[in-house]
Amino acid sequence: MSKQQQSKKAFSIFDHVLVPKHEIVPDSEVELVLQSLNINSKEKLPKILSSDAAAKAIGAKKGDVIRIYRKELTGEVQYYRVVV
Amino acid sequence: MPRIKNNNSIDSGEAVGIVAAQSLGEPGTQMTMRTFHYAGVAEQVPLGLPRLIELVDARREPSKTLTDIYLENDMEKNYKAVEELAKALEYISIEDVCSIVENFSKKELRITVDSEFAQANGITIRDIAKKIRQSMGNAGKVKYKSNHIMVRIDTAYQKLRRLSMKIKAIPLKGIRGLSKATVINDERNGIYFIRCGGSNINEIKKIEGVDYSRIYTNNVREIEKHFGIEAARNALLKEIRQVMDLQGLPVDARHIMLIADAMCMRGAIEPVGRHGLSGRKSSVLARAAFEETVKHLVNASIKGEEDPLSGVTENIIIGQTIKLGTGKVRLVMKEME
Repeated sequence: MSKQQQSKKAFSIFDHVLVPKHEIVPDSEVELVLQSLNINSKEKLPKILSSDAAAKAIGAKKGDVIRIYRKELTGEVQYYRVVV
Repeated sequence: MPRIKNNNSIDSGEAVGIVAAQSLGEPGTQMTMRTFHYAGVAEQVPLGLPRLIELVDARREPSKTLTDIYLENDMEKNYKAVEELAKALEYISIEDVCSIVENFSKKELRITVDSEFAQANGITIRDIAKKIRQSMGNAGKVKYKSNHIMVRIDTAYQKLRRLSMKIKAIPLKGIRGLSKATVINDERNGIYFIRCGGSNINEIKKIEGVDYSRIYTNNVREIEKHFGIEAARNALLKEIRQVMDLQGLPVDARHIMLIADAMCMRGAIEPVGRHGLSGRKSSVLARAAFEETVKHLVNASIKGEEDPLSGVTENIIIGQTIKLGTGKVRLVMKEME
């Protein structure tokens, strides 16, 4: 492979073993998510920076809620973060 | 929405944070205070308590950064291929191969090449001379003979020192930031991988044959920068677990998860302690009870801060029931109509 082809190699951070699947929660579902977590405002969710590599990769904007499909040793969990 | 298996779910009002702190703190007292481990790289890597403190403090860089590089599937079983790549990784600049003597009266630099070292790394004196010539443009003359390079300049001699600094920093081969690459045999999986000092994910991923999906470094901040906060949390989890397991003090994963989650709450890794989690508690009394008591109390009284008395510490200080376990439940009588 030539040098030029090398630089064109595409990297998706979601290929990496440490990065779980991220997805933007549609606005219509946000309310349900908050209800299931028993909180009244999305400000109370853990945060993720809008400059975060994963948030950028899925094109999340400030105020979006991101659902993260974590695969833990204890089982699969859905975790939520709000973009700030 | 099934969030956790029901038989593992914890009761509402259980003091999970305190249990987690105890579960990590008690084995911490049994850990060897100062342990170093020979990790293939000919340097000492802190383990045990010093490493745990490093992780929890969320240092910019660990005292010894390591990166594990795996090759793509077909190559990782081939020792030769792995070794070849490892050799190409180590960062070598002119400073590492040569010694430079400045001669101000003659306005020249005498560069002596350590030919044995250069040969071992596949660097020829011609390459070095060429690189120097390139970096100088036409500011002077470069000549080489056996293992000496002479650089002569025509401009003011004051510039000689600056030039020698510039020459010293010229990269010859490898990736900036990486040192001491060693091939390690993972016998369990029958593969070889490279472990090198330093980290530079940005450059490593561009190398042909490197498996991008498995690049791993013990520098959690670097992982945060490249793969985001969720990956950093996973790395933090893995590192803390590794420290505990290597000391023969296994801790339940959930305690570590709680700590890692708390450290990653705000979107960036935060240290535990005065400048991090404990210093940002919402309650004045809880902060005052931890460290810098006077500072917190004085600032709070100037600002007129309020304390909702919802935490444990505050309520112990003023002698109320703490809002945990059975203390969390309140009885309200229904008024008769």
